[in-house]
Amino acid sequence: MTLETAPETARSAVATEGVAAETPTPSVPADANAHCPGVGSEGAGQADACAGCPNQTFCKTGQASKIIDPAPAEIAERLRDSIGSTYLVLSGKGGVGKSTFTSQLAWALSDSEKPEAVLAANPDMEAETTVAVLDVDICGPSQPRMLGCEGEQVHQSQSGWSPVYVSDTLCVMSVGFMLPRNDEAVIWRGPRKNGLIKQFLRDVAWGPQDFLLVDTPPGTSDEHLSLLTYLKQAGIDGAIVLTTPQDVACQDVRRILTFCRKVGVPIVGIVENMSTFVCPSCHQSSVIFPPTSGGGAALAAEFGVPLLGQIPLDPRIGKACDFGHSFLEEHPESPAAEAYRSIVAKIQEIAAQKAT
Amino acid sequence: MSGLEDVKHVIPVLSGKGGVGKSTVTAALAVALWSMGYRVGVLDIDLTGPSVPGIFGMADSHVHAAPDGWVPVFVDREQRLGLMSLGFLLGSKADAVIWRGPKKTAMIKQFIEDVIWGDLDVLLVDTPPGTSDEHISMAENLVAARVDGAVVVTTPQAVSLLDVRKELDFCKKVDLPVLGIVENMSGYVCPHCADCTNIFSTGGGEALAKEYNLHFLARLPIEPELTKILDSGNVARMLDEPDQCATLMRCATLQRAIGMCKTLGFEDRSGRHGGLPESAAADTATTATTVTSNPTATATATEAT
Repeated sequence: MTLETAPETARSAVATEGVAAETPTPSVPADANAHCPGVGSEGAGQADACAGCPNQTFCKTGQASKIIDPAPAEIAERLRDSIGSTYLVLSGKGGVGKSTFTSQLAWALSDSEKPEAVLAANPDMEAETTVAVLDVDICGPSQPRMLGCEGEQVHQSQSGWSPVYVSDTLCVMSVGFMLPRNDEAVIWRGPRKNGLIKQFLRDVAWGPQDFLLVDTPPGTSDEHLSLLTYLKQAGIDGAIVLTTPQDVACQDVRRILTFCRKVGVPIVGIVENMSTFVCPSCHQSSVIFPPTSGGGAALAAEFGVPLLGQIPLDPRIGKACDFGHSFLEEHPESPAAEAYRSIVAKIQEIAAQKAT
Repeated sequence: MSGLEDVKHVIPVLSGKGGVGKSTVTAALAVALWSMGYRVGVLDIDLTGPSVPGIFGMADSHVHAAPDGWVPVFVDREQRLGLMSLGFLLGSKADAVIWRGPKKTAMIKQFIEDVIWGDLDVLLVDTPPGTSDEHISMAENLVAARVDGAVVVTTPQAVSLLDVRKELDFCKKVDLPVLGIVENMSGYVCPHCADCTNIFSTGGGEALAKEYNLHFLARLPIEPELTKILDSGNVARMLDEPDQCATLMRCATLQRAIGMCKTLGFEDRSGRHGGLPESAAADTATTATTVTSNPTATATATEAT
């Protein structure tokens, strides 16, 4: 958690520009220097950051690039038997509600029972749905607060890190549990984030879970590439893409949809959040973020993916998240809860198809 | 050489949280300073989600390379408002920039060193959310420049404040002074019944400012009208037409942005607003009181100075 202010950073970055970035799997050894350009990149062993690294000679001679990172296979091995379906919650834009949606989806799924068809096909399955949430937003982890387990600690056991259990059927893992204070900034460059994500996937003892929901940071960068690299062999069932209606947000979301296409992640569908606002005093609805370019519906049509639903703005959703409660449980009658339920049902249906 | 040698003030706009309105606040500050007669530059270092070109309605423009470096894209006819963003270098607006850290670092270094900003009064830096590669690179590369300090944007809800605390911790660790906190999306006035709802609650930003002993610069309302203007891509055209420019400047957000600039010590030197500072202030006050019962931006401004 130390700040990386080495002046040579910029220089070493220039030396590796366009190389480390485009290498699909620039793995970084655990004992590498802070600004490791990545094993297998062109600058490996020669960048300024490599000076004094124990792996320098190994990288320089090109031996290292011949070694395949065993992590994706280990992760696949670990997740294959324990995780039912893996979904990523993505959005190119920040603040559209990825974490809110992830937490509410997790609450809703963990409160639900499996569809009968699934139980009929797998008689030895438990009826209740188990959900694991993985928060890979390393610079701004929100899941501990939204799931009401702030201040909890991660325990180490023989089988790995134990996730924090919120209820019998819902557990979560986040960097937020590992910080000494909750206002502590995690000032990490890419390779370090990469390392932690690998640990989250490889070293957490998830136990049997029907769903693994991955909450991501905004953008299309290190965290996203690392997730894809490490989950490639384990398999990603799909990405749920969040957007808000205004054009500025849709532009960024278009980028993440293109990203999913480029890297071959199936898109489950688009969720438009903060669609309309119902005034609590007069109960009339108005549009806060105007869909000047058609919003989520237009995006869904443009990319030929389903629009899973439109969730209205409700100040109570934000409050529920601030307090770490389930909005659906607190206000089941609200229109927003209705919208959530229909989206959850669609996701359950997709997951059920896989299980039967 | 190009770079930041002739830039008098550098102000990064930061927030730990995404979608709180960093780009909107940056744009509002830029337009406010421009209308006050300053020469303004906006550098967008949000590489994977550049919104500055779209907000200013310059999405189809391209950066020209001159022998000395890159020429910023100018928004107005007078060429007093220049932009630089990765968005100008991309082929299509759907293009995803899938870059890991080192490449982002190099790009930011280039943006800071190789853009011919010329004789600027203020350079505003729009940043992505978080405290990662882009921010470290910015902090490193701006050390030599005259960085006045950062404006930190937040929304009022607790989850957002949590991330903003991290950003303040970041500023402390990299020795970046904080000029003050802006609370965005504070209240929404229902167009049907004129009742004000605090969708994302209210007051969180001010409490945070108090806790960290920082200036509370402004409380900005949710303004769908402004969103529409920014989405329409008409800002560039509006700045050149006095009538439309006046319409734009009437937005509460921009009025308060002017107030914020004054708090930060930028005097109005356009002469355009010279005759009506009082009415402008009064305007701000009325909008502010309808939105929240809390002190207005201008009130805070006087308090702060």
